[in-house]
Amino acid sequence: MSGFLSRLGWIVLAILGLGLLAYGLDQVGLEPISLLEAGLLAMTPLALAAVGECVNEKAGVVNIGLEGILLITAVVGVWVAEQFGSGIAGLIGGMVVGALIGLVLGLLAVYGRADQIIAGMGLNLFALGFTPYLLMSLWAFPGIHIFPRELMVPRWITPLGQISPVTLAAILLAFLAHILLHHTVLGFRIRAVGEKPEAVDVAGVRVDGLRLFTSVLGGALCGLGGAFMPLAWFGGVVKEISAGRGFIALACVVFAGLEPLLALAAAFLFGLTEGIAYAVAITPGVKERIPFYFVNMLPYVVTLLVVTLVIGRRRFPRTIGRPYTRE
Amino acid sequence: MRRARPLLESLVAVGIGLIAGGALMLPFRYHPLKAYQALFQGAFGTPHDVMETLAFATPLMLTAVTFAVGVRAGLFNIGAEGQMYIGAIGAVFAASLLPLPPGLHILVATLVAMICGALWSLVPALLKIWRGVHEVISTIMFNWIAFHLATYLAIYYLAEPGRAERTRPALPTARYPILAEGSTLTAVIFVAILFCLAVYFLLWGTRMGYEMRLVGENPEAARYAGVQIGQALLWSFLIGGMAAGLAGASQIIGRPPAWSLYATLGNVATLGFDGIGVALVGRNHPLGGILAAILFGALQHGGRFMEYHAGVVSELVRAVNGLIVITLAIPELWTLVRRRLTL
Repeated sequence: MSGFLSRLGWIVLAILGLGLLAYGLDQVGLEPISLLEAGLLAMTPLALAAVGECVNEKAGVVNIGLEGILLITAVVGVWVAEQFGSGIAGLIGGMVVGALIGLVLGLLAVYGRADQIIAGMGLNLFALGFTPYLLMSLWAFPGIHIFPRELMVPRWITPLGQISPVTLAAILLAFLAHILLHHTVLGFRIRAVGEKPEAVDVAGVRVDGLRLFTSVLGGALCGLGGAFMPLAWFGGVVKEISAGRGFIALACVVFAGLEPLLALAAAFLFGLTEGIAYAVAITPGVKERIPFYFVNMLPYVVTLLVVTLVIGRRRFPRTIGRPYTRE
Repeated sequence: MRRARPLLESLVAVGIGLIAGGALMLPFRYHPLKAYQALFQGAFGTPHDVMETLAFATPLMLTAVTFAVGVRAGLFNIGAEGQMYIGAIGAVFAASLLPLPPGLHILVATLVAMICGALWSLVPALLKIWRGVHEVISTIMFNWIAFHLATYLAIYYLAEPGRAERTRPALPTARYPILAEGSTLTAVIFVAILFCLAVYFLLWGTRMGYEMRLVGENPEAARYAGVQIGQALLWSFLIGGMAAGLAGASQIIGRPPAWSLYATLGNVATLGFDGIGVALVGRNHPLGGILAAILFGALQHGGRFMEYHAGVVSELVRAVNGLIVITLAIPELWTLVRRRLTL
């Protein structure tokens, strides 16, 4: 638990640092509220993907194909939204497709005994080609699609600015995942299956079922994050819409040592970084001095810095990434 | 027969990838057979097309080496993409701005690109060795940083005056000779093949290569045997970076008609990621990678004909690449296939 606290301390420190930076930016004419809004939006897909992957890795399954799921579900989400004339339907569509991809990866990992790293990377490579193919085949326009404005999932107006209901759902899901893992029988079994699958098996609980469940759950959350990007954030979809977020989510997972709440905090930190980058890029007086391209690097540089500085002795489940064989 | 098995597995995986890719055409009412016929005729139909296929294969065999040499040392180095961008920028700089005599110019531009690629792999290597930062995360972050850095440099410092969409072209003294009139295949393919051969020799013919492979196979045994693990990992990264840098150079000083880098990085983008699939189909062997690169080069060159004749967007070829990789990840598939064959 001390690891948890020290890591939380780092996050608080980092967020305070960013807050200071935000204060500095405020002095040159930047609004803190818009910064928070942008940060929470950027946090959402990271948090959703990372929280699901935390649960999945606790059960001993690794999915480095998050990036691919984000890409595919972003496109499919928009398509479903257009078919049903509703952004919410698009979010659900993204979730369903994400769950299906999670199911396929889970089946490959559990019954196909696949090398999960290679299979996940294969999914990323697949998405790299499949996304432009889908964009072109669905809308006959290369690389980008803008959908009607009314399909956007509306944001709620709160004292902290305009916040997307999906963002609130992501925060809620992180807490639910924490409760699931630490305060329910199912969560106990999930953690046990990552550490000692043979014990779970002897106790009469199906190892394959548990791992398939977490894989589907992780895929569904990631799919929601994917559909969120166009439908509740950008208002359109481009072929590189995920921009490495699947891997930043993996960095959150690694940093958090598979704890969903820490992953949420890390996602907020990285989201805020992206918010600052966005704010810098549009603030007059600042944007002329710092080239846009360097601002764009910020999220990746901060991710690297955090992962580098805050690496302690992380403990991962004993059987992570390895299929289970009954003896 | 045992030696033929990896080849058979790769071919089966490629077959499954192509079939699954064909299945992806059906919902959009494309004709898979027509598409693939156009693809393979386009890729190998005439001697000219074979040369184009080889031109497409050249960068792929190099980025495949980046991944393969990583896997051999137990790394999952997916940083070829970014290292290739930086290598391409290095090549543009040396080839378009340094006035050097013919011959020497090609050599300098090639070496600068390789050094740039290697330098870009240095930080992820050191982060891995010193801090244990997983290379999947660090190399992907470096890919994105490289993307923005290369775009910035291409637009602000290396742009061709009056044509903002691309960098200054390589000076004629820095260009690899074209092998046949009207073809985009240049002598850089020989350099690429030589590099693959050199890596093969290094891995299986030198002490350093042996130590790298030992670290990849069994780090505990390597440590017990007194191998400097950090050093082995560092070399794996640096050789991979050099390969990726050379791949970037091959598209600048070895690929007409542009002889330059597009500001969108469009003429190099995704070649680094494509190399992962090439390496896996080539069984993470530098020489297997050459054969696999020719296959993927054929898919990429032929993909344009598929788009023209059957209307199927050529990017589908990259999706097929991913499907092949997923297929190769499943060992159980081979037991199933074998059972069928021996029945």
